[in-house]
Amino acid sequence: MTSTTGNIGSETGMEMTKGAKPAQLEVRGVTKAFPGCLANDDISFRIEPGEIHALLGENGAGKSTLVKIIYGVLQADQGELLWDGKPVKIHSPHDAREMGVGLVFQHFSLFETMTVLENIALAMNDVRDMAALRQQVVEVEKTYGLPLDPDRHVYTLSVGERQRIEIVRCLLQNPKLLILDEPTSVLTPQEVEKLFETLRRLADEGCAILYISHKLHEVKSLCQRATVLRGGKVVGGCDPRAETAKSMAEMMIGQKLTAPDRRGTRNFGDVRLDVSSLSLVSDEQFGTDLKGIDLKVRGGEIMGVAGVAGNGQNELFQALAGEIEILGTPDCIRIDDKPVAHFGPRRRRRLGAAFVPEERNGHGAVPDMSLSENAFLTAFRRMALSACGLISEVPTRSFADNIIKTFDVRTTGASAEAGSLSGGNLQKFIVGREILQDPGLLVISQPTWGVDAGAASAIHQALLDLASKGTAVLVISQDLDEIFAICDQVVVMSEGKMSIPRPMAEVSIEEIGLLMGGLHDHEGDAPQMAPAHIEGGRVDQA
Amino acid sequence: MDWLIPLTLTVITASTPLLLASAGELITEKSGVLNLGVEGMMLVGAIAGFAVTASSGSAILGILAAIVAGILMSLIFAFLTLTLMANQVATGLALTIFGVGFSALVGSGFVGFAIKPLPGLHIPFLTDLPVIGEILFGQDFLVYLSIAAVIGIGFFLTRTRAGLILKAVGDSHSSAHAIGYSVIKIRYLATMFGGAMSGLAGAYLSLSYTPMWAENMTAGRGWIALALVVFATWRPGRLLAGAYMFGMISVLQLHAQSAGVHVPSQFMSMLPYLATVIVLVIISSDRAKIRLNAPACIGQAFRPAQ
Repeated sequence: MTSTTGNIGSETGMEMTKGAKPAQLEVRGVTKAFPGCLANDDISFRIEPGEIHALLGENGAGKSTLVKIIYGVLQADQGELLWDGKPVKIHSPHDAREMGVGLVFQHFSLFETMTVLENIALAMNDVRDMAALRQQVVEVEKTYGLPLDPDRHVYTLSVGERQRIEIVRCLLQNPKLLILDEPTSVLTPQEVEKLFETLRRLADEGCAILYISHKLHEVKSLCQRATVLRGGKVVGGCDPRAETAKSMAEMMIGQKLTAPDRRGTRNFGDVRLDVSSLSLVSDEQFGTDLKGIDLKVRGGEIMGVAGVAGNGQNELFQALAGEIEILGTPDCIRIDDKPVAHFGPRRRRRLGAAFVPEERNGHGAVPDMSLSENAFLTAFRRMALSACGLISEVPTRSFADNIIKTFDVRTTGASAEAGSLSGGNLQKFIVGREILQDPGLLVISQPTWGVDAGAASAIHQALLDLASKGTAVLVISQDLDEIFAICDQVVVMSEGKMSIPRPMAEVSIEEIGLLMGGLHDHEGDAPQMAPAHIEGGRVDQA
Repeated sequence: MDWLIPLTLTVITASTPLLLASAGELITEKSGVLNLGVEGMMLVGAIAGFAVTASSGSAILGILAAIVAGILMSLIFAFLTLTLMANQVATGLALTIFGVGFSALVGSGFVGFAIKPLPGLHIPFLTDLPVIGEILFGQDFLVYLSIAAVIGIGFFLTRTRAGLILKAVGDSHSSAHAIGYSVIKIRYLATMFGGAMSGLAGAYLSLSYTPMWAENMTAGRGWIALALVVFATWRPGRLLAGAYMFGMISVLQLHAQSAGVHVPSQFMSMLPYLATVIVLVIISSDRAKIRLNAPACIGQAFRPAQ
């Protein structure tokens, strides 16, 4: 009676005698439909106590929906959840927490202007006095090695520290099942290793962990079992330790994964983007000032800007794109040897520059407007989509159709609202829009953030192809795998300063990790040796 | 010194309606809802309070009626913007226009009526103290209530869990929702509180400040109350200071006119509004302060994600 459904990946390393310990959580035949899509289709699997279980799948595979059902945010149309072998109905996150489910959100559910302690208090079910809560927080932090000052305001914290709030918040509820949704996308390699120590320790204490990630090498080094979703269905299970990152990625996307093709060595041309002593005082409340940035990107070169988020990357992007006013000489930014620092984004685009910001909805695209309207917005001049101040409908539409076709954007058509696309698809559209304009310089921020493996490799390939045509490409990314996969040179940003560029072939991931974390470490403890699993897991090179 | 006591008394009465209405709006805005219908809710509160007091003879019933009327008005707003997700700015403006017209319609039969103003407090001995006696212990109870409300709101926002939740909803509705708070319900309650306080402010105008009904008698005070919330950067303590500052300016211009200052009276009447604009510009230039205190989600409709 224990496991009629969904017992995939048989060896879990624990005794499974009849009527023995029931699964911590068993999902049986869960189905959830939204208008126009079946997000979860008869999903079944089980998580044992003390097991670290990976949930794999591309964007839109139904992972988030499933997590929301387990956490009580959504209700399943069909199917049931068994908790400790007993059927349960989870009506709200409150119920879920009461039962012992903790969730670390992908997009942190934190309140910037409040303190750490207030943020934790908000997520607790039972009201208790703040002094006692503070005591508990300090204890949990000590036990699990998660240093955090309860009285700091969230906006002053690094992303890694913010995540600790989420984790401490869960641990305080003594969870029996901890769900982590893409927890490492914003962490340095050293921070990832710290997180894994905490998770392994929790699992040893009997807590079940459901781990959702795109980073397959992490799944490989952390998880004992994996369930793979595709198109809302369970398509298989595996023991990640026995798989390669590549084989798991192919299971996720259901087809062969091609590694980005570097096409031998490219010849670098003239300097197309020249930044010299660019300094800037951020006008954001929680921003980082830029301090004397020097950077040259040649035609045909892909320059990577690594660094933990919040070290001036946003400001750098905005300065390069012309979104913030730069005090100082127009000379400090040159595009194709033309001083442009006093130009706004449109005049820079006219010189052949293109920009893809990190935030897709609302910055890269207008969510409420159609894809063809969005295509028009940045391309109307270079692609001659307007005549006499009027929008030329036909060329605009065919340009949008061309993007959709060339970059395999899955959508109902060019008149679909940008906001209706999944993150990965919208990103492909935005990247495609800029690349098809054949820019001389492309500045792109977090090109594959939250994008699934298939789309990410398509975007990487497009960037490589673009560079091979002589375009200078600047990639701002927190994802070191990405930088290693496509860049020729790398610089690291830390606290608004930039390191000198290093050729990719000569630099190790440890060195970059040290540059990223070393200058930014709040705890003052020396960054540890970079974890080996990252070296081993460079997916695309495999 | 003789003029000081009456001057102070009029400043208090001029400030109280501003304080009541803006205290309510502060709570509404802290939850992330921008209700521009304060002026309309005040007017409807004023006529409801006046009509019920005039017909029943009981000021208490009148005040209760004003509160209920304010809540009903805010419920219209809440239903349109929170349930049907209409644009908050447009709906708020419409609510004010509706309130102006509706109160004039209901109030047409009450023009020229006279009622007894709300009685002032009288504590033997204390009220009879020279100078401070009448100022501190001789006001009607709405004045004390307005100050108590501000103190209470300050305590609520900084010391209570409910206040923390309210701020959280205004700060990031999606985070609050993800943690499991009912964003819509909390915003309904905050909007209703704003409506009740606006209704009360209206009642103060028609029952105490000038115990009569006149069409459009709020004369833009609802808008000043809205500006005050920004002026105070959403902090109750500054709200108190701001309300009394504006009260003082509006009283000073009256006194300056009667003292024969040779400036056209229209210009003097402009002063409180001019001051509002100037102060708003100055405050808004400090973006850091606004950013840190302003509810980040203000005015945004919340659609629970799928």
